[in-house]
Amino acid sequence: MKIVVDYDLCESNAICMGISPEVFEVRDDDLLYILQEHPDESLRDKMEEAVRRCPKQALSIEED
Amino acid sequence: MLDGLESLGPPRRIAVVGASVAGVCAAAELRRAGFEGDLLLLDRSPTAPADPPPLSKEHLAGTMSSGQAVARLWDRLDGIEVSLRLGTTATGLRIPFRGDAHAAAGGPVPPVDAAHDGRSIELDVLDADGSARTVVLDGVVIATGSSPRWPEGMAPTSRPSGVHVIRELADSVRLREDLEHGPRHVVVVGAGFIGAEVAATARAGGHEVTMVEAAPLPMSRAVGPLVGRWVADLHREQGVDVRLGVTVLDVEVDSGGALCAVVLSDGTRIDATVAVFGLGAAPELGWLNGSGLVVRDGVVCDETLSAAHGVVAAGDVARWQHRLFGEEMRVEHWENAIEQGEHAARRLLGRTEPFTSVPWFWSDQYGHKIQLAGRPRGDDQVQVIRGDPTSRRFCVAFRRGDRCTGVFGVDQPVPVVRARTKMASSLDWSDVWPSEGGEK
Repeated sequence: MKIVVDYDLCESNAICMGISPEVFEVRDDDLLYILQEHPDESLRDKMEEAVRRCPKQALSIEED
Repeated sequence: MLDGLESLGPPRRIAVVGASVAGVCAAAELRRAGFEGDLLLLDRSPTAPADPPPLSKEHLAGTMSSGQAVARLWDRLDGIEVSLRLGTTATGLRIPFRGDAHAAAGGPVPPVDAAHDGRSIELDVLDADGSARTVVLDGVVIATGSSPRWPEGMAPTSRPSGVHVIRELADSVRLREDLEHGPRHVVVVGAGFIGAEVAATARAGGHEVTMVEAAPLPMSRAVGPLVGRWVADLHREQGVDVRLGVTVLDVEVDSGGALCAVVLSDGTRIDATVAVFGLGAAPELGWLNGSGLVVRDGVVCDETLSAAHGVVAAGDVARWQHRLFGEEMRVEHWENAIEQGEHAARRLLGRTEPFTSVPWFWSDQYGHKIQLAGRPRGDDQVQVIRGDPTSRRFCVAFRRGDRCTGVFGVDQPVPVVRARTKMASSLDWSDVWPSEGGEK
């Protein structure tokens, strides 16, 4: 799977970072960085949770 | 506590009562978690409810359409098989083993209803066509949400034109229409987060705005005077006339039945054609009278969101015992509704973990991202963690004794999320802020 961020929507609320800091990192420049664009399948539940809980609905998962 | 009853087997017929955030998320999670039985999702609204957050933000500002605000919620049911009944109102509920709920809440155990078969749950509904019927179930998710409080003497059906609340899509549509007819003088009553967002959105839209708050500072009961002063200053800098320590005595209406002025308790009369009341919301509980559930400003649940065997509650209506904070809570935040809807769904399918998420919410005002995690009280000690509260980017933490009770940030998502993550395992101040000893 591939994590896709719609940066027009993303406001760096950092909820995703709270769910999965190994994949999502908001830095002091207030931008969201994706640390693993293709996270391991073992992280799928967390990725789906991050999609559901994003306040701006800026995240989506694309299948490889 | 209910172990003996779990042997009745997994539920086959579940109803989710309420199709806003908590209910929709519960329905979706039931299917994701493998529930294959009949799944009914009902809501008294005849049309699909919208996702609430944009209603005081993007939708009100006109940058998000009504369709988009609805889709933000209903996309969650993509690929989910559910019998949807819009325009159907739940009017009553009868549960088996009602003693359990009361025993869990420490209350007296009422007599078992002899007419009940002692196993199934009965839900009374009124369908859109006016016909009443009873649905027999073995699982119910209570997610009826809350309704806005109206000022005394006013109701949705007896309000002058120009008077608003913000709760549902129709409310936001109506207010948006009023604001589209050129610059208005808007009085926002109640400087809570909804009121503050409406004030910010109206101000950004070029309207003259007066914000009226009964307390000496906005939000001070929840977040203390330091943050309260910051909120008041933010709005004043943006040109909002902030009136603190006053209430609305009366509204004046012209001969056409439209609002023309708002009269305050200090005698001031403000000419205004739009007034928005943000006085909070009350949980929708009337339909649970006589259900046997314990109802006390919310459906009283145990730590797992279970209210009785086969009955769970989620979102604005759920009052549960938070194990980490050691207190009973009822939380009206959007993210809480998502997490509780999902948790309650899994609880109904037999999982028994406590619900211990640290409450979190965000607010957008004048381009600032405002976030609060935890459950502080206005009299907690406040410690600056980063930045300076006289600036526009800072983070403070709330402390009660040796505990961190909350963290508040303006354009500071990183310390807020880090603190929230730590708080999820321990509220000890030294665990959450190891380098911020401070005074005890």
